[in-house]
Amino acid sequence: MLSANLSAIFYLISGVLFILALRGLSSPETSRQGNFFGILGMIIAITVTFLSIGNFSTGFVVVLIFLLIGGLIGAFIAYKIPMTAMPELVAGFHSLVGLAAVFVAIAAFLNPGAFNLGSPGNIKLGSLIEMSIGAAVGAITFSGSIIAFLKLQGIMSGSPITFKGQHPLNAIILISIIVLTYLLCSTQSSNLFWILLAVSFLIGFLLIIPIGGADMPVVISMLNSYSGWAAAGIGFTLENTALIITGALVGSSGAILSYIMCKGMNRSFFNVILGGFGATEQSSSSQNKEQRPVKSGNADDAAFLMKNASSVIIVPGYGMAVAQAQHALREMVDTLKKNDIKVSYAIHPVAGRMPGHMNVLLAEANVPYDEVFELEEINNDFANADVAFVIGANDVTNPVAKTDPQSPIYGMPVLDVEKCKSVLFIKRSLSPGYAGIDNDLFYKENTLMLFADAKKMTEDITKNL
Amino acid sequence: MEIDPFIFRLSIFILSIFIGYYVVWSVTPSLHTPLMSVTNAISSVIIVGAIIAGLAGNSDDVFNTSSIFGFLAISLAAINIFGGFLVTQRMLAMYKKKKMDK
Repeated sequence: MLSANLSAIFYLISGVLFILALRGLSSPETSRQGNFFGILGMIIAITVTFLSIGNFSTGFVVVLIFLLIGGLIGAFIAYKIPMTAMPELVAGFHSLVGLAAVFVAIAAFLNPGAFNLGSPGNIKLGSLIEMSIGAAVGAITFSGSIIAFLKLQGIMSGSPITFKGQHPLNAIILISIIVLTYLLCSTQSSNLFWILLAVSFLIGFLLIIPIGGADMPVVISMLNSYSGWAAAGIGFTLENTALIITGALVGSSGAILSYIMCKGMNRSFFNVILGGFGATEQSSSSQNKEQRPVKSGNADDAAFLMKNASSVIIVPGYGMAVAQAQHALREMVDTLKKNDIKVSYAIHPVAGRMPGHMNVLLAEANVPYDEVFELEEINNDFANADVAFVIGANDVTNPVAKTDPQSPIYGMPVLDVEKCKSVLFIKRSLSPGYAGIDNDLFYKENTLMLFADAKKMTEDITKNL
Repeated sequence: MEIDPFIFRLSIFILSIFIGYYVVWSVTPSLHTPLMSVTNAISSVIIVGAIIAGLAGNSDDVFNTSSIFGFLAISLAAINIFGGFLVTQRMLAMYKKKKMDK
């Protein structure tokens, strides 16, 4: 049996290892080592917990069995999941962290003696507050992530679900959570604890349904943050340093990612949370309803343009993920490189459905990461490039964001694709993107629209090169 | 007067938020997806609480309500730990530099 002080030291060590795990992600070279630190930290935390309890009877075997079941499921998912499904996977994982936090809080509430928190009906006030916060945030994370998962998976429509009185209702529920927590702490009633959980599940659900598919990068980051705060809340209850440190790390990590995503869309956090983007009909888009001429071409034209180029910039977006076109794209680029054409990739911060989504897909297709650039790094290069190849991106290339103050995306940082000598734009139809705004780029002199499935078109171009 | 131990935990918490802030800003944007999956994995250190709950029952009463919630939480957290770290590793293994493959 480990003394309380010694195990606290070990928990601190595993907390430090988790910090190093995130630190490693500052560059791809150190990232694998970082992941190893993370695994080491986890092993230490789990081992120390077993040793400090020192109970290796029947219960221990049962714990190991449940650990193994979970571990096998997790490992199986990790090996089977296609890279394009990463946003769904992360949303699913968030929901599990949330639910685990809820379960731990329930266990602690039912049997506070095991955690040194007092006796049922007489739990220490501080612990009860921490426990309620952990449980409520965990429940919100769980139900919110489930909705995000269903939306990403396409089981639920990605369009925002709004109804009258939505915001007042949410506000009332949030206030009732605070009131319930207060009442729970003063009465210790277990009924109130269950009601608090139910209401928190409900608000998580209500908070995410009005948020549209294109805002998913913010939602996922936000839920990431919530899962961290839930863990921290439980960490305070259990007086566990490793959990407190991790919760704080994950909480701030998710918050920063949400901030980066909001900035990438030039929208405030509250604007996203309050939702309904894409549902509102914009006047500027309906005014321009008259048909404008569009130049469209086929794979042959595209191949001709690229063959005569000396530099090509590729702009991938969510459509590339949907069409699973990353491997076909990489083959096309290989052919271009054989013809001594310089190729680079331009990634908008909110391209795809989660932060860094496009980078993972390109890495999967064996694209070296030093050919992939962020918006600020590459935006000036468009003016000197011959061809911009837009595959599956739309709103993030829309010049309207720079020119039309009436547009809902005005002020959003966009890739200066139109500055290229010519633009190849793969798209299935002229329909507007998720933001519901017509893209001026379609009608530019130097734009050639390629109406086809992204994967098929890319393969055809490769054949014609 | 003695300081409540809660204050010490709060200090750790606040300082960790700042560490998180600076560490996460230094993460390269191309690794933001692995960042999310690894934060997922490490936040499942909540399994520590689940194990305490699971082992709380005495030997003749392994499955009381509290420990059953503990067992369930162990499985959920384990899915995350294994899934999160392994999928992160899988992703990170794909990030390669130029000219490595040709």
